[in-house]
This record gives sequence, structure tokens and C-alpha cells, in this order.
Amino acid sequence: MNDDFSCQEMVEVVTNYLDDALPPDERQRFERHLSYCAGCGTYVNQMRETIRQTSMVPREESLPPTLREEIVAQFRNWKRD
Amino acid sequence: MLGSEPLSSETALLAALRSGDEDAFCALVDTYGAAMRRVALTFVRSSAVADEVVQEAWLGALRGLDRFEGRSALKTWLLRIVANIARTHAVREARSAPFSSLDLARESAEHEPALPTDRFQGPDERHPCRWVSFPMPWSAEPDSALLSAETRKLIADTIAGLPDGQRIVISLRDVEGWDYAEVCSVLELSETNQRVLLHRARSKVRAALERYLTAESP
Repeated sequence: MNDDFSCQEMVEVVTNYLDDALPPDERQRFERHLSYCAGCGTYVNQMRETIRQTSMVPREESLPPTLREEIVAQFRNWKRD
Repeated sequence: MLGSEPLSSETALLAALRSGDEDAFCALVDTYGAAMRRVALTFVRSSAVADEVVQEAWLGALRGLDRFEGRSALKTWLLRIVANIARTHAVREARSAPFSSLDLARESAEHEPALPTDRFQGPDERHPCRWVSFPMPWSAEPDSALLSAETRKLIADTIAGLPDGQRIVISLRDVEGWDYAEVCSVLELSETNQRVLLHRARSKVRAALERYLTAESP
């Protein structure tokens, strides 16, 4: 009996697979499908690459100076109370 | 990652803060302030509201300083405070907007496939539910478009356009690097619902990259 995932199912469980959240039997079925389906192999690699690229999205690394000043002013008030 | 163990240097920092040491406070603001503002901006879209949230969070932190027991790292504690305040503001904002509700559990319950169904063969075709044609591999050359600033901007823009829950979850998980337990706890979401939102968000970002990278190739 063939209980392998279909390609359409693969693209729905890939996040659970990458998060290590698939039950062992489903993980096996997922990896079995990957072993013979180049299209799903490409898809899983692209999801990995998507996660990697997303982690490199530039982030604001400092506060706007006026906001910083207001926060420090708030600290001084707090200290007085 | 937020880290869960308090740093030993934090004990000294906490003592300085409690005694009202302004330098210690500024050092803390410079270390974590920007991350707190990013978290606020994940929830609320207006930077003015985000700034309010960040101020409120610092005030909350100062007032709660005596109750901080060092069971989590200072960073985790601060980010949790800002996320909770931002979430409250976002819920309030959502109530006044007609089509949004910030009901993350409900958002995750709506059915939405990762890819359009026409990417897969129909029930009457030769191999139902298999690819019509395989996705095209992306180039992995070091100088490829994958590494460009433009790609990152595309990702940021795609995330900004996602529905609330998907946007918040992918920002915290994949941009900020929180683990699922931290995200579930701050958002009061079940693990399953959180993964559903993350899955949709990632699927859409992948699709945007696919459109971009496939159009780029000769």
C-alpha cells in the first residue's frame, strides 16, 4: 500500500518538517517522498533558503535620537519619584 | 534567540539600575532599545504608536524592576513587556478598523493552500496531486540576485503586506529569531496555530522570491 505524501501534501507539511514537528511516521513518509521527487527536493531547499534570506533582512539597529532622549528623561522622572 | 539564562553581568547591572544609575540605564537602552522598537513595529504599523509603546515598556520595566527575579534574561523580560504592550495597542487599533480583528487563532483557522492548486495535477490527470512542472531551482552563485539588497527589500515588503498574524509570527520567528515557545507565549497562540501562520507566511515569501528570481533569469 502506498501511503506516501503527494507533492501537494508535501508543500503543506514542509514547515512542520523543518521545525521538527512531524510525528516519526510522517517524517519517514516525508523523507521517502524526498528520496525520489526532485521537484519537492527543490521546493524544500527553497523554503530553507527563504528562511535564511529572511533572517538577513536588514534591521534597524539604533533608536531614533529623540525617542532615546524621551526614554532617558522618563528615567530621570522615575528616579525622582 | 532570546536566551533564557540571565548573564552574570546582569546582576551588577540590575543593582546599578535599582540604585538609579543613569549610565547603567543608558547602556541598557542602547543594547535592547532598537530590538524593542522592532518588536513594537511588528505589531503596530505606525511608528508614532510604536514609539509610544516603547516608552510605555521602559516605564513598565522601571516600575517592575523590583519584581524582576532574574529567572529569565533581562532581554527576554524586556521584549516580553514590549510585546505585551504592543499587542494591547494592536488589539485596540484593530477594533477601530472594520476588516481587521487581530484574532490570530481565527486567522489561522481559515483555509489557504501554500501554492495555487493549478501548480498540481487535477484528479483526472495522469498523476493527481503531483507537480504540473517542477519548481525551477534558484541559482546558488555567490554573485546571484539571492544575495542582493533588492532581494532583502522584496522580502521585507512581502512581510509588510501579510495579514496581521502571519506578519507578526514570521517577523518574530524568522527575522528576530525567537523560538516557537517564546512566540506562542507572547502571542497566546497554540503551537499548531502558530505553525499554520508561519507556514503561510513563509510560503508567500518563497512564492515572492520565486516570481522575482525566475523573472530575473535569462
